Amino acid sequence: MTKKILIVDDEPNIVLSLEFMMKKEGFAVAVAADGDAALEQVAAFAPDLVLLDVMMPKKSGYEVCQLLRADPARAGLKIVMLTAKGRETEVAKGIALGADAYVTKPFSTKDLVAQVKLLLA
Amino acid sequence: MLAGWIVVLASFAYLGVLFAIAWHADRRADQGRSLIANPTVYALSLAVYCTTWTFYGSVGRAAATGIGFLPIYLGPTLMMVLGWFVLRKIVRVAKANRITSIADFVASRYGKSQLLGGMVTVIAVVGVIPYIALQLKAVSHSFSILAAVPEVVMPRAGEVPLLQDSALYVAAIMAAFTILFGTRHLDATERHEGMVAAIAFESVVKLVAFLAVGLFVTYGLFDGMADIFARARALPQLERLLTASDTAAGYGSWAALTFLSLLSVLLLPRQFQIAVVENVNEAHLKRAVWLFPLYLFLINLFVLPIALGGLLHFGPGGGVDADTFVLTLPLANQQGALALLAYIGGLSAATGMVIVETIALSTMVCNDLVMPLLLRRGWLRLRERTDLSGLLLEIRRWAIVVILMLGYAYFRLAGEAYALVSIGLISFAAVAQFAPAVIGGLYWKGATRGGALAGLSAGFAVWLYTLLLPSFAKSGWLPDDFMAAGLLGIELLRPQQLFGLTGLDEISHCLLWSLLANLGAYVGVSLWRAPDANEARQAGLFVDALRAEETGHWRGRGAVGGGTAAQVAELLALAGRFLGPDKARRAFERHAAARELSLDRLTADASLVHFAEAQLTGAIGSASARVLVASVVEEEPLGRDEVMNILDEASQARAYSRELEQKSQELTLATAELRAANERLRELDRMKDDFISTVTHELRTPLTSIRAFSEMLHEDPRIELAERTRFLGIIVGETERLSRLINQILDLAKLESGRADWTSVAVDLAPVIHEACASLSQLYKDKGVALTLEIEEPLPTVMADRDRLMQVMINLLSNAVKFAPAGCGRVKVGAGRTVMLDAAGRTEAALRVAVADNGPGIRPEDRETIFEKFRQGGQDVLTDKPQGTGLGLPISRQIVEYFGGRLWLEPVAAAEAGAHFVFTLPLPSGDNAEQQKA
Repeated sequence: MTKKILIVDDEPNIVLSLEFMMKKEGFAVAVAADGDAALEQVAAFAPDLVLLDVMMPKKSGYEVCQLLRADPARAGLKIVMLTAKGRETEVAKGIALGADAYVTKPFSTKDLVAQVKLLLA
Repeated sequence: MLAGWIVVLASFAYLGVLFAIAWHADRRADQGRSLIANPTVYALSLAVYCTTWTFYGSVGRAAATGIGFLPIYLGPTLMMVLGWFVLRKIVRVAKANRITSIADFVASRYGKSQLLGGMVTVIAVVGVIPYIALQLKAVSHSFSILAAVPEVVMPRAGEVPLLQDSALYVAAIMAAFTILFGTRHLDATERHEGMVAAIAFESVVKLVAFLAVGLFVTYGLFDGMADIFARARALPQLERLLTASDTAAGYGSWAALTFLSLLSVLLLPRQFQIAVVENVNEAHLKRAVWLFPLYLFLINLFVLPIALGGLLHFGPGGGVDADTFVLTLPLANQQGALALLAYIGGLSAATGMVIVETIALSTMVCNDLVMPLLLRRGWLRLRERTDLSGLLLEIRRWAIVVILMLGYAYFRLAGEAYALVSIGLISFAAVAQFAPAVIGGLYWKGATRGGALAGLSAGFAVWLYTLLLPSFAKSGWLPDDFMAAGLLGIELLRPQQLFGLTGLDEISHCLLWSLLANLGAYVGVSLWRAPDANEARQAGLFVDALRAEETGHWRGRGAVGGGTAAQVAELLALAGRFLGPDKARRAFERHAAARELSLDRLTADASLVHFAEAQLTGAIGSASARVLVASVVEEEPLGRDEVMNILDEASQARAYSRELEQKSQELTLATAELRAANERLRELDRMKDDFISTVTHELRTPLTSIRAFSEMLHEDPRIELAERTRFLGIIVGETERLSRLINQILDLAKLESGRADWTSVAVDLAPVIHEACASLSQLYKDKGVALTLEIEEPLPTVMADRDRLMQVMINLLSNAVKFAPAGCGRVKVGAGRTVMLDAAGRTEAALRVAVADNGPGIRPEDRETIFEKFRQGGQDVLTDKPQGTGLGLPISRQIVEYFGGRLWLEPVAAAEAGAHFVFTLPLPSGDNAEQQKA
């Protein structure tokens, strides 16, 4: 069964590249440009994994992550945080909020794909 | 029968015994087992009052005037019986104030006046010298009489050559003996226990000797008192002696003599020394009050029998001086041993008087005359010498020698003209001059130093003129015409009939005038001016001396004797208040341990008081410590210097604390400033962190896209051409964005640090606006946005950098086109004159440029945030993601503000959509008008 991935980022070009990449790897892909849209898409699309940008309008990636983790129905959902802010405190914060992985931009496409595959295996 | 050498030997043996007694008493005193701490010894030592004058002279006076000798003993008896409270008060005051002599007493009472002390000393020395002469005369005569045995001859001192004069040798021996007695060592309290013991012994000796002669005469030569009086009454010349002269002058004379001797028993330097300074215990007075009068009674009991017996035996005018009856009666009856005893008794009376008197005088001369002068002159660098005791003793020794030699000189000059009693009375009259100052000072607080000085001077002058000079004149040493004719021939000034006063004997006459002058001046001058602070304080100490006892401790007791346990506790509490109770207790325990005592067995003696004071000094300064400790142990009263010291210390402490307060305020202020500065630094640090974090984010975002697409293209060669082209386009776009971002960041950093290169020239903004619009026209055309310009002609020039203003215009125009709706977008640019407020609130002419679009507009709450770095407007929708860097507006605002203008977002009515940016630039004053004309 095809694994479903939700891509959340407010930067269109990044969304574009991630979407292309994940589709090529054979995942079903949905996109969202801000936190609220991300939550709607999680409900509608029911992804297995979310690639979640941190710095977004309306709701930050942290907030979205927290809300998702607070929902017991989504316990199996994998969350990979993506951020251009690479400070250690921010990595620690993401992990503490329940993210499964934390990837710093700009990322290596190969590594990211490997990470996603590992989480969905 | 009595060889000269026996007399000499007996004399020296007796002096040797005296010295042994004194030495023994001194040793006992050093061991703390005082021989004289005994009321009987005290009372006997008071009998130093009875000198050779009593021993020989009373008989002489009785032989001349009958009971006329009595007032000299009635006075002291009255003094002791009726005036004991005065004496008690003097003793109390003297102890409290560490008084060492009568001069010290007077000086201390009137504000510690050195002048007054010196004056009292001079009067005492001058006044007492005749009295000393009297002793020399008596001893030398008695020696001559004994040496001339078996003849009964009357010596004539004036006729023998100086070196054969026994009186000179008596004086020299007495000087040596006194020096041995009184100046062997120095005692701070000026007390001489050995001397007192010897004096008490002498009193017994002279009483025993006199009683022995009296008993011999009364019961050996005659058949008892009744027999003598009966025989005397039989002779008309002698009967006269047994009746008191019933005249006014006679009574006056009695009263005067009684009064005089009453004062003398108190005021003679030796009496003051024995009764007050040498007093060990105030309680001893109680016995002295009756024992001393009893002594006087006993020693006078046989005066009249001996006088009458002598007159009966030798016959009136029988060639024997009545002054010598005590010796000559035994001699004439072959009673050599009794005569020798009588001689020893007389010697006893003389040595006692001379020793005490000269010691007292030498102390006064040393302490109140010589030392103040030496100290004042700064001779010998006295203040630098630590041990002055040798010097002090030397001064006293010389004073003793000089006083005795003066006494001898007086004896040679004037001695023969007077009977013993008369010479003594001259001295009495002199010291009576101290009475107003001493007794007045004890009871009248209003008395001043000036009053005491005036009184003493006046009284002394009158005494000198009416008594001493006549005594010289009578002995032929001074021309005596002033006696008869008065000074300068003015009869009213005749010394012994002053202002025509006649009918009085010379003593009463002198006493009347001198005390009148003395008292008048004393009271008058005292009333003239109120006592100053110093005098008032001392007056309080003296006048209220007895009252102090009821309210508190005996001053000085704490320091001199052993204080009470309560005082130790008080001292400890006092120290504890300043040092902390535990620390104070530990210090006291250490002090006790050092003296091998436990704390509760410690007494508040001088050592502990000193220790406590030292402890406190460290905490509160020496003067304050002194006062506090004194308040507990009642030490010496406060001096003015000490008060000044306290004030000094207090004001220093206050200045210091004010300084501290100020410093602490400054510190608080500095701390607050530092905290604020620190806060600002933290804030700046946070802002820098945020900025770097934001910049990093902004740089990584395009990089992420570039890397992702590049990797995909690189790894997958099978990507279709169309896709490939699109991806490469994105990469190029993101690279441009990255470059733009980096440029703007550098630009902003330059602007903010003030390192940007600015030019400031006159700029006409119209061409700048046109140029900016032209450069963006393709963009507007592509998006289908209409651009309209409304520019006033001509525009005034502004002082600015043309390129920077171009940057601002391009930024605003590109923002506008970015947000204006595609196809139907409208952007309007307006420029014209306006008026703006400068920083000081004044209006000034300005240029106004507005750029308005019809885009979605900016929410009111974002109106200011859009000017912050990396805050972009219109981020609501993914598709509307602006392509800017978020730095355009902050940079534009920096530029406009640099040239003194403002850039803001004008609020617009709800009906009018779109953003409406406005900036103003001030017009340079003056030259615009010219530009406009041109």
